[in-house]
Amino acid sequence: MSFTVPDTLEAALTALARPGAVALAGGTDWFPRMGEGAVGAALVDLRRVPGMVGISRGPEGWRIGAATPWATIARADLPPAFDGLRAAARVVGSVQIQNVGTVGGNLCNASPAADGVPPLLALGARVELAGRGGARTLGLDDFLRGPRQTALDPGEALVAVHVPDPGPGWRGAFAKAGGRDYLVISIAMVGALFRVSAGRIAGARIAVGACGPVARRLTALEGALVGARPGQVTVVPGDLGALTPIDDLRADAAYRLQAVAVLLTRMIRGLA
Amino acid sequence: MKDLGAETVSLTLNGAPVTCAPLAGERLSASLRERLGAREVKVGCDAGDCGACTVLLDGAAVCACLAATHQAAGARVETAAGLATDPVGARLMAAFLAAGAVQCGMCTPGMVAAGVAVLRAVPDPSEQQVRDGLAGVLCRCTGYGRIVAAVMGVGGTVADGDVGRAAARVDGAAKVTGAERFGDDVAPPGALVVRVVRSPHAHARFTFGDVGGWSDGLTILTAADVPGLNAFGVIPGFIDQPVFAETHVRFRGEAVAAVVGAPDRMAALDLSGFPVTWNPLPPLTTPNDALSGAPLHPNRGDNVMCRGLVQRGDADAALAGAAVTVELTIQTAFVEHAYIEPEAGFAEMVEGRLHVHACTQAPGMDREGLAAILDWPLDRIRIVPTAVGGGFGAKLDLSVQPYLALAAIKTGRPCRIAYSRTESMQSTTKRHPALITVRAGAGHDGRLAAMTFDGTFNTGAYASWGPTVANRVPVHGSGPYLVPDYRARSQAIYTHNPPAGAFRGFGVPQAAVAQEQVWDLLADRLGMDPLAFRRLNVLRDGQPTVCGQVFDSGVGIGACLAALQGPWDRERVAAVAANVQGGPVRIGVGVAAGWYGCGNTSLPNPSSIRAGVTTDGRVVLHQGAVDIGQGANTVIAQIFAGSLGVPLSAVTLLGADTDITPDAGKTSASRQTFVTGNAALRAGQALRAALSRLTNAASDAPLTLDAGRLTAMGGRPLDLSRLPGAPYAVEVTQTYDPPTRPLDQNGQGAPYAQFGYAAQLAVVAVDMDLGTVKVLRMVAAHDVGRAINPLLVQGQVEGGIAQGLGMALMEEYVPHREPA
Repeated sequence: MSFTVPDTLEAALTALARPGAVALAGGTDWFPRMGEGAVGAALVDLRRVPGMVGISRGPEGWRIGAATPWATIARADLPPAFDGLRAAARVVGSVQIQNVGTVGGNLCNASPAADGVPPLLALGARVELAGRGGARTLGLDDFLRGPRQTALDPGEALVAVHVPDPGPGWRGAFAKAGGRDYLVISIAMVGALFRVSAGRIAGARIAVGACGPVARRLTALEGALVGARPGQVTVVPGDLGALTPIDDLRADAAYRLQAVAVLLTRMIRGLA
Repeated sequence: MKDLGAETVSLTLNGAPVTCAPLAGERLSASLRERLGAREVKVGCDAGDCGACTVLLDGAAVCACLAATHQAAGARVETAAGLATDPVGARLMAAFLAAGAVQCGMCTPGMVAAGVAVLRAVPDPSEQQVRDGLAGVLCRCTGYGRIVAAVMGVGGTVADGDVGRAAARVDGAAKVTGAERFGDDVAPPGALVVRVVRSPHAHARFTFGDVGGWSDGLTILTAADVPGLNAFGVIPGFIDQPVFAETHVRFRGEAVAAVVGAPDRMAALDLSGFPVTWNPLPPLTTPNDALSGAPLHPNRGDNVMCRGLVQRGDADAALAGAAVTVELTIQTAFVEHAYIEPEAGFAEMVEGRLHVHACTQAPGMDREGLAAILDWPLDRIRIVPTAVGGGFGAKLDLSVQPYLALAAIKTGRPCRIAYSRTESMQSTTKRHPALITVRAGAGHDGRLAAMTFDGTFNTGAYASWGPTVANRVPVHGSGPYLVPDYRARSQAIYTHNPPAGAFRGFGVPQAAVAQEQVWDLLADRLGMDPLAFRRLNVLRDGQPTVCGQVFDSGVGIGACLAALQGPWDRERVAAVAANVQGGPVRIGVGVAAGWYGCGNTSLPNPSSIRAGVTTDGRVVLHQGAVDIGQGANTVIAQIFAGSLGVPLSAVTLLGADTDITPDAGKTSASRQTFVTGNAALRAGQALRAALSRLTNAASDAPLTLDAGRLTAMGGRPLDLSRLPGAPYAVEVTQTYDPPTRPLDQNGQGAPYAQFGYAAQLAVVAVDMDLGTVKVLRMVAAHDVGRAINPLLVQGQVEGGIAQGLGMALMEEYVPHREPA
């Protein structure tokens, strides 16, 4: 058992290559999952690796270090397209969770109900992975493979999330259905970007979480919305054919579809 | 790169540099508590859900259970103990006490830390900012309103402790700083750690493998180590839960063995490797299945644990003759108590006697239960209740105590245990799920004619307080109304679920869910206003309850409902006005009422209080009523001080402790203020009478105690140091037992000396598209008799409402997921 604090990416990847090594950032998913078995693990704290924490703008878009806490994202000076991501950042768990829980941890944990995923899918995010064999980038939709499953190879680390410049006029939004206002696992949630021009929807990018093994974009609905007047839009469950929600303790599948339809309708009408 | 696995960690704790040597992966909360002495950091879940362990890490609120200690290397950590000397923190702590924002105190250190983070960022925060900032800390006692008010600086003011006036809790200062010692805060350094091996199956047979080979260096406890009765329970004739199952488990989470060892070894121990082979069997999960299934217990062949009945008049005939009748069936779920403090404690052998320090609501019953398990005399066992981080009924039962006792006896060393949140939820009692059918009828004039009630309660695998539920429910099933013809039947059915036991009301809230909704249906059928229907039918002084008990005075429900009339009229008008606007959110206004008998049903239920004056003039109160957050320490002392005639601040409190406090009974059924309070009243009066005799003063003369001299106005000064004192110059013990009469075979008699009454109005917003309900406002009118401390009464009412909202709208405990 060990606790390693690498200060270079190379050292981090060396440490992660050891058998049983676990990448740790905020710990907000790992500690609850381990329960009484937390002691004795071989932990690699990635937060001191240069570039792992913080948000920067480059020529093609934004780079969010994988170990950037949600609180930093919630407070960041970002364009309106990120409003949905920033709103999601404020409902990930509680303030205590947001202060340490990270965007990269949220993605690697790969919960179908991860609040960070739909806004990032709507933003067209890509993820930067690094391993001892080199670096690669993947679309977020390719990175998330299923519940608790990602494209990370053994020993590989998620280094950063890249968001392409959405261009002018886009505004982000986020809505969540849950049993209470705080500290609640989502029944369903919507992260979306819209562009409205001359009273009509000129562009829509919509992603829905907790309604299938991974959150996903609703491209057919996005296309159908273009040209519509936001105040007249009504989304119905029949528009959500791409989703495959399940029945569980929090809600049944039919309710999830209904909730998404209601959340989307309200979100879109709110654009008017 | 630094590999810190074998390195010490240095950090700044409340301004002081400190160093410790944690295990890799050790939680910051564990290191702070066990290596750095910061037991003000409370642990409620180890999962970031409850926030009790909230500390400030470099100024930011974090859950100390979600950080590895190594991650805090070089950081600045602030806990409640340190914040007590911070200007913002000190002011906030004072506001908590003045606002009544503290009940059990288990969440309070975390709540204070989160509040300080809010106030440092925004000195004058909005309510929304406060709620956002505090949302990560759960409180099960207060309902949050008082806490939010304290952080916003709009708390109340407190007085001197005279009976009838708002007084800060006498134990409040320790609770806001975290100095209060709960079940897991009292073990001496180096105490061995006990962990319990539990069944992953709801129903299984099992055999142990090579336990000796597995347990190198550890001590193992199984049923073979139980010298006396391998069973515990709370009702004579229903002592049926094994300390350790022997061959067969009946619920998921049942104990089969315990492992005892040194702390670091136990922290890293993987209990899933314990050598036990499970042979799962199909569980009977519902009463319906159980009624036609194989018996869980050999002496209860039909799985009916017990039944209850109250009947008066001829309900069937009266229903047949009623102008209007309605029928309703409702079903409720298991509900978890979810106190923030999981069960915990420590035990040690002292001069041949066993001392058990643990959180409990019932020290006397704990001692009796352990005496049977150990086959020891009562006087070899001392129970010292720690502060209790919420109980709500489940800490009336034994939980950790048998394992602590057996471990301390077998090892001869101090032994400690703290249940994990999972273990606490799996293994301790729940609110009974109920399936209830009520039929009721009324005349055209709206007067209730009759009611029948049939309730089936899922009591789980063992009896716990199930017989009490079956007994209390028929007595209360009518609610506080005049029901001339009545029949209520209850049955409690064994199933392969966690034991259902006591939870705020012993089944009466479930009964009220059915009965009050039937009243609404009846009012609707009659075209009557629901409040008017209730006010017409309330029980009044001089009228018989469904048990035939008649109170000449003090039936307060009419006044409670009358107090709601104004808010009711305003809210109903406002709701109609809001709803004609249309839109997806509609407003609803509802009303319901309840009653609750104080203490045991038709059984002796005494409390005793001992008090004395020392030879140096101190007034000492031996207060054995366990304070589980409701405020017994404060109100019992207020009553005693008032009847003796000294200020509250002059009273020194001792206890609870079975070696030094006489039995004040259990903290349950709303009895402590009434029953132990009356014993304290008598003790104060008796002590005053003794002192008056010694000073030859009038019995109502003001007393002055000063530097060992007692002066009664008009009497002669008394030098207490001249009196024999071991330990007291003057000492009294007084007992109060509420007068009741037995119930006959039809449940007729006088079950309680006193009832409390309540009526509440709720204004809710219903999202018609999402089906979600948001409670906008509640108006509560309670008859609590004389409010000894209105601040604490308000806290009890608000906190009770919050738990009721949870039961009604949000909470369900689902016990039956089999392991994959």
